[in-house]
Amino acid sequence: MSFWSQSLEIARVDLTVERRLGDTMRIVLPFAVVALLVFPLTLGVDLTAISQLGPAVFWAIGILFGMQVALRQAAHDDQERRDLYALLGVDPAARFAGRTISGAVLMLGFLAVLLAAMIVLYSPRLPEGWVGPVVLSSLLVAVGLTELGTLAGEVTAGLHNRTALASLLVAPLALPLVIGASQTLEALARDASILPWLLILVATDLTLAIAGVGLARPLEEASR
Amino acid sequence: MASTQTSSSPDSLTRLESLHPAHETPDVERLIEFDQVGVSLGGLPVLRGIDLEAAPGDSLGVSGPNGVGKTTLLRLIATLLPPASGSGSVLGAPLGTPRTLSIRPMIGLLSHRPSLIPELTLAENLRHAARLAGAEVEKAEKALRVVGLDAVASRRAAASSFGMLRRTEVARLLITAPRILLLDEPFTGLDLEAQELIGALVAKTTEAAGAVVMVSHDSGQLASHTNRLLSMSLGRLDQKS
Repeated sequence: MSFWSQSLEIARVDLTVERRLGDTMRIVLPFAVVALLVFPLTLGVDLTAISQLGPAVFWAIGILFGMQVALRQAAHDDQERRDLYALLGVDPAARFAGRTISGAVLMLGFLAVLLAAMIVLYSPRLPEGWVGPVVLSSLLVAVGLTELGTLAGEVTAGLHNRTALASLLVAPLALPLVIGASQTLEALARDASILPWLLILVATDLTLAIAGVGLARPLEEASR
Repeated sequence: MASTQTSSSPDSLTRLESLHPAHETPDVERLIEFDQVGVSLGGLPVLRGIDLEAAPGDSLGVSGPNGVGKTTLLRLIATLLPPASGSGSVLGAPLGTPRTLSIRPMIGLLSHRPSLIPELTLAENLRHAARLAGAEVEKAEKALRVVGLDAVASRRAAASSFGMLRRTEVARLLITAPRILLLDEPFTGLDLEAQELIGALVAKTTEAAGAVVMVSHDSGQLASHTNRLLSMSLGRLDQKS
């Protein structure tokens, strides 16, 4: 079976499991929407401030709760399944790619619902032509954050408290994604070029993809 | 725990020829050959000075109390653990080298804990394994029939009994047809019919010039399913008969 066939099979099964478990859409997403709802309460009745802060709050909450989405696979990954995949001849890099695909699809859905909730709750003044850049930056954030979560899951595989450790790894490394995504919209509002910020996101995604694929085999062997 | 509604007949294994194709495996005299192999986990030695040989057609039974390293021995043979000392090879691939990656699909491991995905049905689990192994997906249905699970194929693994999960794993081994079959406490929690199924799988593997290594607390079961018995104590392997 080819690399991509293995990747797509793993992504397909991962999405089936998520559809049945509903970790992301039934647990993480409602909490993220509640967080969006609670934040304006701290600002009182200053509707202008609420409206201005909307996009920044969206990215902060999106990436914070998105980390839970990115790390969800690590929680389901046990030694028996890792052994099984190894003995079925699954390329660890294909597993990384498969999980990135499924995670990115989930994350994109998660961010889309969160964005809609933010627009309803905050009534932000979004700059003209915001849809394309926001969709593109959301896609790049979804891919990058999932790559980061999958990589952190692999690094911490077999360790005690792996979920907590993985979160600690993901949080600081997600900074370029937070900055790139939030500044894309900011640049659009200032009528400045969004290209540098999108390039930060692309470079982060590419770096993580190369690290994930290149380190997949050594990390898997080291986790035993 | 769900009740086991199965209709298995181990005799049906004889209908498995199409499911059990001969692998293109390396032509080696010894499928497993260990010379004074040691394994450490977390810096602690778990296996010491293991000498082990298995030729095509061999079936080895390893008995011993809990914690002596039986499961570690199986994972070492499966090439999932590197040796800390000594040398050895499995299907001609030296332990701890990248060559082991290519022979792993020829090894089948039945762990003491089932490795199915709980949210998938038994049939979906099998189809997933078949696809990843590059086997025909249709074999999943055939294999489920052979192990007597066709009536409960659409039941999720999370809602299945331990016996059903074990049978599903046996079905997976029928699809992948490993040259080396490793069984960790294979009879625990199984009814007589399922135990016979595992016996038939062992026979099928050895008949196809493969080798079987089975570990268990139950020396009686080992004696009736294997042709060589060994015992383990404190990480060492002793020849019995």
